[in-house]
Amino acid sequence: MRYLPLTDSDRAEMLETIGVDSIDALFADVPRGARLDGLIDLPGAMGEIEVERAISCMASRNIAAGSGPFFIGGGAYRHHIPAAVDHLIQRGEFLTSYTPYQPELAQGTLQYLFEFQTQVALLTGMKVANASLYDGATACAEAVMMANRLTRRRKAVLSGGLHPQYREVCETYARFVGFELGGPDPAPGDGEDLTGLVDGDTSCVVVQNPGFFGEIRDYSELARYCHGAGALLVIVITEILSLGAIVPPGEMGADIVAAEGQSLGNALNFGGPHLGLLASREKFVRQMPGRLAGQTVDADGRRGWVLTLSTREQHIRREKATSNICTNSGLCALAFTIHLALLGETGLARLARLNHAMAVALAARLERVPGVRLLNRAFFNEFAVRLPRPAAAVIDALAERGVLAGIPVSRCYPDRTELAEILLVAATEMVTTEDLDRFEQELNEALS
Amino acid sequence: MSTFRFTRDHEWVRLDGDLAIVGITDYAQSQLGDVVYVELPEIGRRVEKGKEAAVVESVKAASEVYAPVSGEVAEINETLTADPATVNADPMGEGWFLKLRPDDPKELDSLMDEEGYKRFIAEQP
Amino acid sequence: MSIRTTEDPTTSVASTTGNRGLQIEEKLIFEQDSPGRCGVDLVDPPPFQARLGGLERQGAIGLPGLSEPQVVRHFTRLSQKNYAIDSGLYPLGSCTMKHNPRLNEKLARLPGFADIHPLQPPSTVPGALALIDTLAHWLKTLTGMPAVALSPGAGAHGELCGIMSIRAALEARGERRSRVLAPESAHGTNPATAAACGYTVDSVPGNQQGRVDVEALKDRLDTDVAALMLTNPNTCGLFENQILEIAAAVHQAGAFFYCDGANFNAIVGRVRPADLGIDCMHLNLHKTFSTPHGGGGPGSGPVALAANLAPYAPLPWLVHGPHGLELVEHKRGKAQQAIGRLKGFHGQMGMFVRALAYMMSHGADGLRQVAEDAVLNANYLRVRLEGDLSPAFAGPCMHEVLFDDDFLKDTGITTLDFAKALIDEGYHPMTIYFPLVVHGALLIEPTETEGKASLDQFAGALKALAAEACSGDAARFRTAPRWTPRRRLDETAAARKPVLRWDPERMNREADK
Repeated sequence: MRYLPLTDSDRAEMLETIGVDSIDALFADVPRGARLDGLIDLPGAMGEIEVERAISCMASRNIAAGSGPFFIGGGAYRHHIPAAVDHLIQRGEFLTSYTPYQPELAQGTLQYLFEFQTQVALLTGMKVANASLYDGATACAEAVMMANRLTRRRKAVLSGGLHPQYREVCETYARFVGFELGGPDPAPGDGEDLTGLVDGDTSCVVVQNPGFFGEIRDYSELARYCHGAGALLVIVITEILSLGAIVPPGEMGADIVAAEGQSLGNALNFGGPHLGLLASREKFVRQMPGRLAGQTVDADGRRGWVLTLSTREQHIRREKATSNICTNSGLCALAFTIHLALLGETGLARLARLNHAMAVALAARLERVPGVRLLNRAFFNEFAVRLPRPAAAVIDALAERGVLAGIPVSRCYPDRTELAEILLVAATEMVTTEDLDRFEQELNEALS
Repeated sequence: MSTFRFTRDHEWVRLDGDLAIVGITDYAQSQLGDVVYVELPEIGRRVEKGKEAAVVESVKAASEVYAPVSGEVAEINETLTADPATVNADPMGEGWFLKLRPDDPKELDSLMDEEGYKRFIAEQP
Repeated sequence: MSIRTTEDPTTSVASTTGNRGLQIEEKLIFEQDSPGRCGVDLVDPPPFQARLGGLERQGAIGLPGLSEPQVVRHFTRLSQKNYAIDSGLYPLGSCTMKHNPRLNEKLARLPGFADIHPLQPPSTVPGALALIDTLAHWLKTLTGMPAVALSPGAGAHGELCGIMSIRAALEARGERRSRVLAPESAHGTNPATAAACGYTVDSVPGNQQGRVDVEALKDRLDTDVAALMLTNPNTCGLFENQILEIAAAVHQAGAFFYCDGANFNAIVGRVRPADLGIDCMHLNLHKTFSTPHGGGGPGSGPVALAANLAPYAPLPWLVHGPHGLELVEHKRGKAQQAIGRLKGFHGQMGMFVRALAYMMSHGADGLRQVAEDAVLNANYLRVRLEGDLSPAFAGPCMHEVLFDDDFLKDTGITTLDFAKALIDEGYHPMTIYFPLVVHGALLIEPTETEGKASLDQFAGALKALAAEACSGDAARFRTAPRWTPRRRLDETAAARKPVLRWDPERMNREADK
């Protein structure tokens, strides 16, 4: 078998060196009843040709984003990844290395994590960022728990504009970790006043910007209000590219930022692996979960990097750790770092502008379709429209005609009948004029 | 200087007027390694004998510092925030963590004296 | 025989660039900025009216501008400072650093997997659902368990999933238990997870044979215990031979038996966890099933569940409905009691593709061989090294072998120093100071993808180092490593004054002081 270097003659020699007759002797501690004498009922070994055939067959049954007009967002975005990114992350020294616990053998990993942390801090306008979490949704839950520890309070207020899956993850953690959540219902297109829900028991208010329905708001006033009540402001971002165009959370007075970094360097991948980002004010860093790369010097006085502030983490603090997280999203963070290094200051601004331009063009087209109403005052590359009938059926009809036209909000809020006609659409730099033509045309037909 | 008393968790305590000064012993700091951070309680907080009063972190470990006696936190050693290495350099003097107003100063009497503590650490594995 | 150089290369000659042959110094990207420079060419849109609500970002972000050649060179040079499985044997105990097949990478990048959106209509992704279902089938069959939750993002997340499911099951029974038991030798994620779910953690000591002390366990078992979290084989590399008795005792007390599946590589294809009485076990696709470690992630931590825990599995569920495979994303129907969502979307699909490619490549026979070769390799090293290093426990091990620092007694050399000297010999050190139950632990897991020659070379290096350690040359160990891009790094300074990002403002302030 191609991945197993030992030959039968090696095995025989080694068994002899060990001093046992057969490999079974080394499994003697397994209770008799639990020993499997035969093979488990699964197919036998397959060569590369057969495995590739079987799995490619499954892949070919899926309609991929590149096969037609594509307008889906909702927390995962289709962007172009420069060819260099994927080549670099597949270098064996990145792909097949481990967590940098022995820093002398991992300066490559540690340096890029330091660069990544810096990029995330700069983008978000915050002072410090960690070396990644699993995804935006878990980063959001970790941010709430971090706020709870910092304020020693247990009630968080969640905006109606928070991604429904992020809210669901927070609810799961709240139930088992032991804290409370409150907040208004989702109401696309309406303003939202969260100040009335903040009191002396509130640990944090969580808002998303741009929100789930795409709306962009200035949260500076809310930040001031929270601070006055001794609470923290958590700002969530699901489309990290938006920070190339809009005011960052750090400039609005955010205390913690939880975000999804998938848009830079990482493909859609059907939802995973993605890239959780966490950033905060400097004074909160000891309560920050996840790994941190820190700068130091070596025995010769040369600059280098190590994982630091590790005593917060599970392998040392055990039951008192800030989080149980161990593995992060390392390689996804590297892809992000490389992509952003290629874009740089000017490229990021340009890419963001291009995204917004496509979304503005899309909005203009959809507003021309009879019965369709745009709900946003402002947006980046995603917005919500109200259709004259339930959106789910329209989306299915468009899918059959080769247009992946967006997300019917009912997919995420099946019980909220008042949202059934709302469609979430996104447009990135990958959208062409022909795509816009097709969408407008097919939507007109589907609604007539 | 009044006599030092010691706990089985390697804290020391001694009376200074009506306050009890608390720190960790030389043995404790040598076990911990270089101290990188100290988390001190707020002034006014109540601590119970045997319960966590502070946290001391080195690169490879984080340890609770337990209150040797019950009382109210009257002072904390702010220099440890700026220079945690003081705990390693002078654990029994400048490296003190906090000063308590003890509920009952007699609680100190039940703790080990210097000889007793020396014997205790000699028995450690 | 040890080969010694006559001079220390770090002090003999000074390089003018700071480089040393192929070891090339590389600054931060922020130190290579050329304003206006860009590594991506993008078209400009025709003029348009922005609709950002007046919230345009003002002022510079501070990102450096580099061209593509510079970026490629930068990250290539960084990669060259890393050790990897592709470079050599990576003996990290409990991490299972096996070869990462490149077929996995090719298949995960097929557009039919890489370019599909989790929220596109399920009818447009039947192949993705089929792949997930196939993976689930393989995991259920290998573990013998009837259900598997696929969404957890990594092992620790899987542990959280398991403990939350257990708590939900107990609450459904109307019970509130407050404690979880875990062996002293457990990985830190175990107590961290239990504490996160509101449980107090009771440690169970081990016995002289390196296994759980079953009497001590029974003493601690009562109706207030929600679960036992056990790793099997355990973190000492040993199979818990009394596991059936342990399972019976746990169930007798009405508690659940959680198994940390990090060490599944030792028994895959030869033992089914369900047959050991386990109710709940997380698997690490990035350990047993070869998905790449990527410098620390991403991983994937699916959790196999017994029938009494299956109703509580987190969303989404993939079920066989009347019209084929269906994604259940909300708490309705059979998923009414699901604990909810633990992560965005459906789980680490990219890792599912890789793991399934790996499993299909090996097949039932190959996977059984994996476990056998993993155990064989570890025992071979044990026997080759037991005279030079000090085994922590007598007798055979499973897929990893544990030593303590007894062999370094009176040398003035610590386990850490020994590990750093191993680096100079061209190897990443084994896991050190874990598990905590043994003094100065050294835990070696070669995995099945090492050939005999590789093992012999590794054993040779360790034997030579052990001999040197005992011969009195402590300086060689204390000043190691010597030949790496950086020598021993000051972790104390890093923790006392954390510098966690490039910050030119702060650097200027400090320069001015």
